[in-house]
Amino acid sequence: MTATKVSARESAQTGLVTVAKGRLQQLLAFASLIVISAFFSVASPYFFSYDNFTAILFSTVVIGTLAIGTTFVIIAGGIDLSIGTGMALCAVMSGVFLVDIGLPLALGVPAAILFGGLIGLVNGFNVAVLKIPPFIATLAMMLVAQGLALVLSDSAPIYFTDVAGYTDISTGNLLPGVRFPNAVLVLLGAALVAAVLLTKTVLGRYTYSIGSNEEATALSGINVRRWKIAIYAFAGLFIGLAGVMISARLGSAQPATGMGYELQAIAAVVIGGTSLSGGKGSIVGTLIGALIISVLNNGLQIMSIPQEWQNVILGCVILVAVYTDMIRKKET
Amino acid sequence: MLTTTSTAAGATRSPVPLLEVEGVHKSFPGVRALTDMRLDLYEGEVLALVGENGAGKSTLMKLLSGIHDADAGRFRLAGEPFAPDGPRAALASGISIIHQELNLMPHLTVAQNVFIGREPRRWRVLLDERELNARTRKLIDSLGLPLDPTAVVGDLTVAHQQMVEIARALSYDAKVLIMDEPTAALNDAEVATLHDLIRRYVRTGTGVIYISHRMDEIRAISDRVTVIRDGEYVDTVDSATTTTDEIIARMVGRTLAADARPRDVRPDRETVLRVRGLCTRSLLKDVSFDLRQGEILGFAGLMGAGRTEVARALVGADRSTAGEVTLRGERARVRNPADAVRLGIGYLSEDRKRYGLLLDQTVRANITLGALRQRFATAGFVRDRAARAEAAGYVETLRIKTPSPEQRTKNLSGGNQQKVVIAKWLVRDCDILIFDEPTRGIDVGAKEEIYQLLTELAGQGKSIIMISSELPEVLRLAHRVVVMSEGRVTRTLDAAEATQETIMHYATLRPDENPADAAELGLEPPAPQADEEPRKAGEP
Repeated sequence: MTATKVSARESAQTGLVTVAKGRLQQLLAFASLIVISAFFSVASPYFFSYDNFTAILFSTVVIGTLAIGTTFVIIAGGIDLSIGTGMALCAVMSGVFLVDIGLPLALGVPAAILFGGLIGLVNGFNVAVLKIPPFIATLAMMLVAQGLALVLSDSAPIYFTDVAGYTDISTGNLLPGVRFPNAVLVLLGAALVAAVLLTKTVLGRYTYSIGSNEEATALSGINVRRWKIAIYAFAGLFIGLAGVMISARLGSAQPATGMGYELQAIAAVVIGGTSLSGGKGSIVGTLIGALIISVLNNGLQIMSIPQEWQNVILGCVILVAVYTDMIRKKET
Repeated sequence: MLTTTSTAAGATRSPVPLLEVEGVHKSFPGVRALTDMRLDLYEGEVLALVGENGAGKSTLMKLLSGIHDADAGRFRLAGEPFAPDGPRAALASGISIIHQELNLMPHLTVAQNVFIGREPRRWRVLLDERELNARTRKLIDSLGLPLDPTAVVGDLTVAHQQMVEIARALSYDAKVLIMDEPTAALNDAEVATLHDLIRRYVRTGTGVIYISHRMDEIRAISDRVTVIRDGEYVDTVDSATTTTDEIIARMVGRTLAADARPRDVRPDRETVLRVRGLCTRSLLKDVSFDLRQGEILGFAGLMGAGRTEVARALVGADRSTAGEVTLRGERARVRNPADAVRLGIGYLSEDRKRYGLLLDQTVRANITLGALRQRFATAGFVRDRAARAEAAGYVETLRIKTPSPEQRTKNLSGGNQQKVVIAKWLVRDCDILIFDEPTRGIDVGAKEEIYQLLTELAGQGKSIIMISSELPEVLRLAHRVVVMSEGRVTRTLDAAEATQETIMHYATLRPDENPADAAELGLEPPAPQADEEPRKAGEP
């Protein structure tokens, strides 16, 4: 499993989180991932195959990317509801840059990602400077982003048919000789960068410490306002990346989509053991959480269980994941 | 002067006290809060209850309102044994308590607040707003209060809010009314109105226990004064025939006084921090003091005197509205805690868990937090090895008892947590340390260690502001003591002048009674270089 590569890498580090406990939650999430996968392998002959595994990974890319960014925000004690429609807006912006303006790929794609950072920057400003509660500030941004996506695209999809190489970002095969979609590489790369930032840098440390105790952090002489803006802005880059990835996969920017992705991403973060009250969590956990969601969707689909029931089951998984996490916390 | 006197009114009173407290003991884990407490309150009487912070007043109130159970001893209400099992039961038996912090719902009306939990209803489910207002009107009129039942409480002045509390307390037909610092937020005219109300109220055959620190008020309103100290009953005296100083002498006792004091008074040292005319919107008025190098400057005063507010304003946690802070001769501008830390001022809050520590994080993370970017990071990447080594060093030098620097801070004892906070500021090279209640929540043995540490730090040239409500602690450690009352500095005492009595005297002074001059405040005459252009403080 590809996730273990990152897991092993990260668990070798000693982060700000107490290592043993952080690992335990990851182990729990990882164990459930294995159990669920094992269950589907037995239940359906089509589940356990290389093609299906890459399909699962491929379908994790968008939610996973959003979840990685929002992990930062949630560890810092915030929440970001604007990531879903923000992603749609970034997809549209990618269309504007590449199709309407005609920028080359090497310029247009980074511009779209940076535009996500801009969304995060505005969120961060609203939360840290204007002191609007994150839930409200990002709820407002969720509506703004959706509206802007429709306005900028005249409510019509933008097609990337003429942009050479754009869909390759998602569906191409960079690795020679194997059928392994680029999108998964992008996700893993993003996860790696995020994990290193979260555990190895000052930004990451302050993310944890603001989430643990914002007031104490401020009184320690840390400019919490500035760092919070930085955290939201950084998380915003992942909104932009997700926007590029989803439009590259579809070959078009769909301005009316995006709503609902934020909840899936938050669910992935929570299943991965990140506390919604802030102060703890990990990128590996989030990645596993996102994979659990994908595996469930994929497995249930293979077993021909209707879409409606898939959501019921996903909801139950979230309850179980959070509840076991709470029990574990009480015991220690 | 042990007296069991008649009331000031001189009226014959029933031999059975309205409320009798006898031999009450109460311990909490590690603390003996009350030992053999007694008290009696007669009909028609106002009994003042006085004692220093932590003398046991609030514990006694909690026992009376049934929030805690006494370990031993008896309460009697009009001769009958009385053991409330909760605030509701206490109210039902006729004991109403008005706590120092108002317990009102600001968005509800006066009437809704007064009858909260007992709203008149129609058909069991519908609220009868008209009846509610009518009843409140009647109550308010009978008390002669200038209130409108339909006014929203949040819009009222604090004095009127206080009256709503009183109306609520009395609406329970209380026989005994206990008021905890009822005048803390009132001006003189309002205090007079309140006292008038109390006098009229006790004439109806009830009794009031009046808890206060303000000696002038106590003498004005009370018939007798019961003094408690360190959880023990000390004495009950007649208000009319006892002087304020006699009461204060009983409050502070004479134990502990002069045995340990700072040996080396250091008047000749350089002034590192000069504060002039510091004001905040809420409380502080014209606070001025000097802090010298290597000095422990004690800040004494009663709860709410504004000591913590001085600290918070100094480090930029709260905004100051006026005042000038000079750091080593240079004008310092502190707009937020980050500025303060850059200038080398570290603040150790009395509420370590809330403002000082990341409890879920490791000892190492806490110690290195403040200096992470400056000392333990290269190009944004944290150098964990350096951080670990530094943390381990401080664990050793400050004698922090922890199995390892990787231990979570919440598993440490209070004293060791405090040392972690101290280490955090030392790592950041702060040479002005502001300790707010440095030994709060720390057990006796560990207190001694913190005292030693403070003395050592001062010996190494750190300048320390120590805010403390424990006078023995102040007397023992502080080279000089700044005494505050109601947001102002009333006096700065040298170690030689500082005694429990003098400190309590200035702490209970209403500041306008005796405006202190610069010499009394222990201030240096303005230095010539103070006039030079305000320079931008702080390193890049």
